Amino acid sequence: MDFMVFQYPMITVQACLDGILLGILFALIAYGMALQWGVMNIINIAQGDLVILGGYIAYFMYLYGIHPAWGVIVAPVIMYFLGVLIYKLVINKVVDRDLFISILATFGISILFMQLMNFAFGADVVLANSDYGTTMLFNDNVVLPNSKLFSAFISILFAICLVIYMKKSKLGRAIRATAQNARAAKILGVDTEKVYAATFGINAALCGVAGALISITFTIHPYMGLPYTIRSFMIVIVAGLGNLPGVAMSGMGLGVFEEFADYILGTEFRIGSVFLLLVLILVYRRFKLSRKREYLK
Amino acid sequence: MNKNNIILYSGILIFGLIAPFLFPAFKVQLSILCVLIVLATTWNIQGGEMGYNSFGNILFYGLGMYLCASVQVGMFFPLAEWTESGGEKTFVHTPTQFFQGMASGLVVAAIVPTIIAGLIGYSILGLRGHYFAICTLGLGVAAGEISGGIEIIGAGQGFTTPPFPDVGSLEARGEFFYFLSFFTLILTFIAVRSIYSTRFKLILNAIRDNEDKAEAMGIETMKYKIIGWMISAFFCGLAGGIMGGLVGYIDSTDVAFDGREMGVFMVLMAILGGKGTLWGPIIGATIFHIFKEGFWTFFLGWQYVALGVLIVVIVIYFPEGIMGWLREKYPERFGEVVDEKDRKAQVELK
Repeated sequence: MDFMVFQYPMITVQACLDGILLGILFALIAYGMALQWGVMNIINIAQGDLVILGGYIAYFMYLYGIHPAWGVIVAPVIMYFLGVLIYKLVINKVVDRDLFISILATFGISILFMQLMNFAFGADVVLANSDYGTTMLFNDNVVLPNSKLFSAFISILFAICLVIYMKKSKLGRAIRATAQNARAAKILGVDTEKVYAATFGINAALCGVAGALISITFTIHPYMGLPYTIRSFMIVIVAGLGNLPGVAMSGMGLGVFEEFADYILGTEFRIGSVFLLLVLILVYRRFKLSRKREYLK
Repeated sequence: MNKNNIILYSGILIFGLIAPFLFPAFKVQLSILCVLIVLATTWNIQGGEMGYNSFGNILFYGLGMYLCASVQVGMFFPLAEWTESGGEKTFVHTPTQFFQGMASGLVVAAIVPTIIAGLIGYSILGLRGHYFAICTLGLGVAAGEISGGIEIIGAGQGFTTPPFPDVGSLEARGEFFYFLSFFTLILTFIAVRSIYSTRFKLILNAIRDNEDKAEAMGIETMKYKIIGWMISAFFCGLAGGIMGGLVGYIDSTDVAFDGREMGVFMVLMAILGGKGTLWGPIIGATIFHIFKEGFWTFFLGWQYVALGVLIVVIVIYFPEGIMGWLREKYPERFGEVVDEKDRKAQVELK
């Protein structure tokens, strides 16, 4: 244990800043998860693996001499079609079935992706170097890589674009209608099958953007997918479905929590603390809900 | 118990007893098969009978594995020095020490997870549906990550369990672990079978079919859910303890809390065989183990790809499992009274 955090206030500032910038990325992934959860009632365990795959797309562009920031444009396009493909092959067969079936099916996809990435890209921890340099704040006490600022900016940009798209476009309206009541939407002439495919594709594209940004800012590794799934799941259940400011806030909160857990408990407990936090939140939620049930009595 | 059953059970028992001598090369595989059947059968208590699909039984399995090995070492030698010395053995168990340690280790490995299941059961089992599934998934992974950071049980570099002592015969190790796991299997089977013939099973099924209604009928659902989970935890811990000795090496995320492998296997085996049946998990585990070993041997490196595809295929095209399929085909054999007219009418409706 390291109590440096309390002795040097600058470390606190550093952790908060890092956490917020990281949390914005988490919120972007969680937004995708909330979208497909709300529309299709599916929890996609492979979410994190889609993120990592997006990261590898940016990394490969970097390897071939293209600036990895272009991955932010390329990755979502590739991932969109991959998402639609996954939907056509697997997800459309589990959409209206038991929830556990969809969890298990996406778990299978997750294992499959994890291993295919391990074969294709190797088991090394990699990052795509963006050469953006760093900004020093507070008399050089706080280090702020520009790539993190860049990634936060791009995430916010994509989130805003998506929100506007969902509000204004025809497909966006169809998606929102299907989320409210799939059957009624079908009766009114919405092709729900197409809507589902598009939703899954948009989710995958968002994962692609987030992954490309993660490969620029942090590191990626084929087996690092599951924590991203768990983080986005956690953010969604804390914020609730369809609550965008909530998703952003709880994403940032989670980012800050992780940075502090990293400083105080040590890096080896970082992922463990995320998973423990998930269990604690779910248990807290369960007791809160059960109290509500007692009121009803 | 009718005559056919007695023949079946004694046939399996005799086969189990002579199997290690018939196939001496497959002793380890047969022991693993026994452990897998125990895991699948106990998963089925919640997943199949109670409708609570848990990814977290791996928690008890891994806990049992660490506890058994720690007790076995800690009873005679300082645990910290043992793990520090890693592969190079500075301490050697005598045969008496080994077996005493193993026995008390297994007792601890079975009891402590049961207590833990009882303690956390009230909070965790109040969750429903996918919240429960994800929460237990998180529990298993968290346990793996945290145990990977604890120094005294080897942290990231792993923990070597005591090697089998020299008792004069080279075959002794395999036979010892085979019979240990085989008797655990028999114990599990008898326990589960007797549970399934009581009111307890009906209560579990009532919880699966409609929990609120069951509660309204005056059943204390929470109590029974916790008891069901504790039974699972007991046998999972036991299986974990045996598996730790059998593998000989414990790693936090790759052997003990291996949610990616064992944690999914137990779910998959139960679903493959048919969840909610007594024989389903046993058949599923046997088929799965044979398939897995074949694939692991001939397509080394592609096994997880195959595993992923297998999960998707089973879940999408075969969710009722083998027993479910048999039940659909021969409902009379399962004691269901079939009215031909009614059946035809149902087919037409579909």
